[in-house]
Amino acid sequence: MNLEIFQITLLSLQISAIATGLSLIIGLPFGTLLALGKFPGRSFLLSIVNTGMGLPPVVVGLFVAMMLWRSGPLGDLRLIYTPTAIIIAQVVISFPVVTGLTAAALQALDPRLILQLYGLGASRTQMIWMLWREARLPLLAALMAGFGSVISEVGASMMVGGNIRYQTRVLTTAIVLETSKGQFDSAIGLAILLLAITFLVNWALTWIQQRGVRK
Amino acid sequence: MTPLVEVRNLLVKRGSHTALQLEHLAIQNAEVLAVVGPNGAGKSTLLLTLSRLLKPERGEIQFNGTQASAESDTDYRRRIALVMQDPLLFDTSVFDNVASGLKFRGVHKDEIQRKVPLWLERLGVGHLAKRRANQLSGGEAQRVSLARALILKPQLLLLDEPFSALDPPTRSRLLDDLGTLLKETATTTVFVTHDLPEAAQLAARIAVIIGNRLHQVSSPDDVFNSPADEDVSRFVNHRQVK
Repeated sequence: MNLEIFQITLLSLQISAIATGLSLIIGLPFGTLLALGKFPGRSFLLSIVNTGMGLPPVVVGLFVAMMLWRSGPLGDLRLIYTPTAIIIAQVVISFPVVTGLTAAALQALDPRLILQLYGLGASRTQMIWMLWREARLPLLAALMAGFGSVISEVGASMMVGGNIRYQTRVLTTAIVLETSKGQFDSAIGLAILLLAITFLVNWALTWIQQRGVRK
Repeated sequence: MTPLVEVRNLLVKRGSHTALQLEHLAIQNAEVLAVVGPNGAGKSTLLLTLSRLLKPERGEIQFNGTQASAESDTDYRRRIALVMQDPLLFDTSVFDNVASGLKFRGVHKDEIQRKVPLWLERLGVGHLAKRRANQLSGGEAQRVSLARALILKPQLLLLDEPFSALDPPTRSRLLDDLGTLLKETATTTVFVTHDLPEAAQLAARIAVIIGNRLHQVSSPDDVFNSPADEDVSRFVNHRQVK
């Protein structure tokens, strides 16, 4: 059982870390574009992203399951009930969170900062890099919120992962299973483990964040 | 002698409203030109246009006798430096703030290490190098902001009311120091202000912009004693009475 718990914990961490990383890779530039770009439909896109920040995981699970189902449009990829399927669903959940909070963080900066950066000779890339640097505290908060939204979700992981032992069982789905069997001791143990991991990851990120706090 | 900057037939709009209309303005090498006028007259619009941060509807800007639009925005802006009303320092150390423009230009680390302390000393803030920018007073922050611009040895320095948020004694000291530095370095400067005595102290010529149009460009004496028209006369007298 101990080995199995270790495997479940490791898989949970791997899946959520990859999903958060992918959300950051997509969400940071997309959020920046929404914050700084001037194009038709920008406000509409931003409101879609903001709506996406509150997407119920079961709804995401339903749509991703339909897409990956053997008879679905992406059925040939045979991804349903695999860790990859859970990662896809978790990216859909956390990407709007990272994007929306990135856009909000950059829009909270003084707009004259962009003029000042250009006025000192910054290229567009250097200007964006400096804005990310200036907004590093709320951007790390966006990362924490993104990770928090996926490590704790159960609906999507259950629906697209199937909670298959040694393959797609993660901490949240294992807790649901143990509770449904009336095995409260195991469920509580797994819940404490999940809380401890979530705390440790956020503690590390908070430590990095607070090093840069204005004193 | 070819002027460093020559602006012709310029029209700048912000939204649907005309922000600045200017037939001709020449800025000579090593000259300090003050731009004065009431709020909303178009002074800052001129600076933003000269920094290519605002695109004019029409008109041309020649830099060193060649069309400024021939080079990219970034290449052009690396020949100038802009200092704004608020210092807008970055959330890092004073040293890194002053080094920022050099880093954008890919200047080698050793040169940065050599130059930054030098310019911090010249602006009288050498002792603050390691301090975080958000711990500075208003006067100190504006000195750092000026060091950050002057270290770039810009061909054209653009100052947008850099002293307006400072108390009178701090403003007066900083004005004296800046005047000396600009003379020493022979930096061509466009200095926007709504303070006429400040303009007269720092600049050899004053450009008066009122109602989004350039009304007069001449020596401070001429602006005070022979205003070009009623508008300039009213502006000068009103400011002097104030």
